[in-house]
Amino acid sequence: MKRLVYELSESWKIALAQMQANKTRSMLTALGVIIGIVAVTLMGTAISGIQKGFDKSMSILGDDVLYVSQFPWARVPDWWNYRDRREIKTQYAQTLNRLIDSTPNSNLIVAVPTSNIAKSVKYADNQVTNIFIQGTTSDYPLISVVDFTHGRFFNEMETKSAANVCLLGYDVADALFPSGSPINKEVLISGQAFKVIGVGSRQGSFLGLFSLDSIVMVPLPTFQRYFSAKSESDVRVKIRDKSKLGDAKDELTGLMRRVRALPPEKKNDFDINEQQAFKSTLDPVKNSIAIAGLFITGLSLFVGAIGIMNITFVSVKERTKEIGTRKALGARRRTILLQFLIESTALCIVGGAIGLTFAYALCFGIEHAFPSFPIQFSLGLVLTSMIVSVLTGLISGFAPAWSASRLNPVTALRYE
Amino acid sequence: MDSNRCRPFGPIVIDIDNITKHYAMGDETVHALRGVTLQIHRNEYLAVMGPSGSGKSTLMNMLGCLDTPSSGRYEFNGKDVSSMDGDELAEIRNKEIGFVFQTFNLLPRSTSLGNVELPLIYAGIDPETREERAAQVLRDVGLGDRMHHKPNELSGGQRQRVAIARALVNNPSIILADEPTGNLDSKTGQEIMALLEDLYERGNTVILVTHEPDIAAHARRTVHLRDGVIERDSLLTLQAQCLSHSRSSVG
Repeated sequence: MKRLVYELSESWKIALAQMQANKTRSMLTALGVIIGIVAVTLMGTAISGIQKGFDKSMSILGDDVLYVSQFPWARVPDWWNYRDRREIKTQYAQTLNRLIDSTPNSNLIVAVPTSNIAKSVKYADNQVTNIFIQGTTSDYPLISVVDFTHGRFFNEMETKSAANVCLLGYDVADALFPSGSPINKEVLISGQAFKVIGVGSRQGSFLGLFSLDSIVMVPLPTFQRYFSAKSESDVRVKIRDKSKLGDAKDELTGLMRRVRALPPEKKNDFDINEQQAFKSTLDPVKNSIAIAGLFITGLSLFVGAIGIMNITFVSVKERTKEIGTRKALGARRRTILLQFLIESTALCIVGGAIGLTFAYALCFGIEHAFPSFPIQFSLGLVLTSMIVSVLTGLISGFAPAWSASRLNPVTALRYE
Repeated sequence: MDSNRCRPFGPIVIDIDNITKHYAMGDETVHALRGVTLQIHRNEYLAVMGPSGSGKSTLMNMLGCLDTPSSGRYEFNGKDVSSMDGDELAEIRNKEIGFVFQTFNLLPRSTSLGNVELPLIYAGIDPETREERAAQVLRDVGLGDRMHHKPNELSGGQRQRVAIARALVNNPSIILADEPTGNLDSKTGQEIMALLEDLYERGNTVILVTHEPDIAAHARRTVHLRDGVIERDSLLTLQAQCLSHSRSSVG
C-alpha cells in the first residue's frame, strides 16, 4: 500500500516534468481537451440556464393554481370540436367561491377571475403599444406572488368602485417614465386616464416567448367598463394541497359543470389547465435539445481524447528504453501502467482546468453582454467537468499505458 | 602457485543447471544458449566473455532475471527463478540485482539523487530513508557534490558512477555490469574499473559482461562463451590446480 503511494507520487512528478520538457507538444494536445471541455461546459451552462428559466416561468404560473379556460393549453388536433365553446365569464369566480365556501374539506381555496386584452399605453409623449392589459380583483395576490418596486396592489374598495387605478409592469414603467417615479401619475390606456398606484419588479419573460413585464393590471370592473369587447377571460383557482392535484381538478370540474349547468350526457365545454400541461409539452423538447447538444459537444471532447491517446502512444514509444530501465530496476507492470495513466490524466486535468477557466470567462462575458440569455455556471458543473477530464485521461491513456506495462524488459532495454 | 587464490568461496548465490534459450527470429529458431551450467558464489568477481553471437547477452539477461530460460533450472539464493512470472522477477531484480549498463540508462529529467532513489521507491521505502540512503551511496562513489545535478550536467564517468550508486542502493546480492566502460574513454574506464574493484574488495559480488580482454582481466574468474556453451571457465582450471597443489603440499 505504502509502495503504491510512493509510486503514485513519483509518477506525478515524472508526469509534470514530462509536460515541462515537452511544453509545445503538451499544450497542443491539451488544446483538444480544452476545446472539448469549453464546448461541453458551455452546453451544460446553457442547458441548466434553460432549465432555470423554465422553472422560473413555471413558478410564475404557480404549481398550485388551476386555470379554467375556454380552450386547452396543449395543442389539439381536432380544434373544430372546441370552436363553439362558450366563453369563460368572470362572474364564474364569484359562483365558484360561494360553492367552495359551502363545500366542507374542499381541495380548493379561492377563485380569481382575470380578463386580458392588448392595448397601447401612453404618458406624455411616450407611448408603448401591444401591452397586455389584465383586469383582476384584489384577491389576485392570493394566488400569485406580486412583487413591487414601488407602491401597492389595488384594494377591495378600488376593485368594487371600479376606480381608474393601475399597476405597471417593470418594462412599461421603464418605457413611459425613463426618469422619475410613476406613482400617482396618470397614464392613458386607449384614451382612458388611470392613476398609477404600483410598479411591479422585474420578472423576465415566460419561456423567452413574451415579457412578463410588459403588463398593466387594472381592477376587473374598470376593465369591463372600458375593454370588455374582444377580451379573453379565465378563472384561476388556488388549490389547498399540491399532492392532491388530481382530486382538486376533479372537484373543480364538478363545480364548473354545475356553474355551466351541463347535463350529465354533455361533455365538458371548458378546460382545466395547469403548468403540468406546459411541462409535458416542453420537457421532451428540452430533453432532446440537451441530448443533441451534449452529443455534438461531446464529439469535440472525443477528438481531444484521441489526441491524448495518440500522444501517450508516442510517449511510450520514445521512452521504451526508459521503461526497460525501470523494469530492470524493479518496476512492476502496475507501476508502468499507472505511470502512463497518470501522464495522460495529468494532461487532461490541466486541459480541463484551463478549459473551465475559459468557459467561466465566456459565461461571465455572455451574462454581461446579454443578461436575458439563459446561462448558469455552477459548482456541480465544475465538478462534472473535472470528473469528465479525469475519465477522458484514464480512458484515452489506458491502451498506450497497457501496451507499455506489457513490454518485455529485454526488448525494451535493447530499443534505440 | 599463489596459495592465497585457493581460499574457499562463500555460499552459492547463483546456481544455473543446464539452461537453454531459444527464440524465433522470423522462420528460424535461434539457439542462443545450448546448455549452460554455472555456479557463482558470494563475493566473486567474475567476467563473462565471448564474441558477439556467443550467447553472452542472453546469459546476462538470464543472470539478471530479465528473461527466463527455455529449459533447465536457475536458482537465485535458493529460490527457483526459472518458473517466476513478470512481477515476481521484478521483485528479485529490485531486491537482489544491481544493474550497470553500457549506456548508463539514467532518467534524463531526474537528478542524481532521484535516479538513485528509484529502486527504493519500487521497494516501498519511505521518502526520508530513501533520500538518506541514496545520498550515502552517492557519497560512497564520490559524488557527494553532484546530488542535485541532472545527467546532462555530468560527465560520462560521473553518469556511470550515478548508475553504480543506483545499482548499490538496495544492497543487492550481485552487481551485474554490462560493458560498463564501453561508452567511456580509457582513463575514465580505468576509474570505473577501480570503483568496481573497490566494491568487490568490500564484499560485493560483481559480474562483468564484456568482450574486451583487458577489462575482463580485472575479474578473478573468467567464463568464456562460444556458440551458446561455456568454452572455458577459469574457476574449474583453478580448482583443479588448487586440488593438485594441496595434494602436492600434503604429499
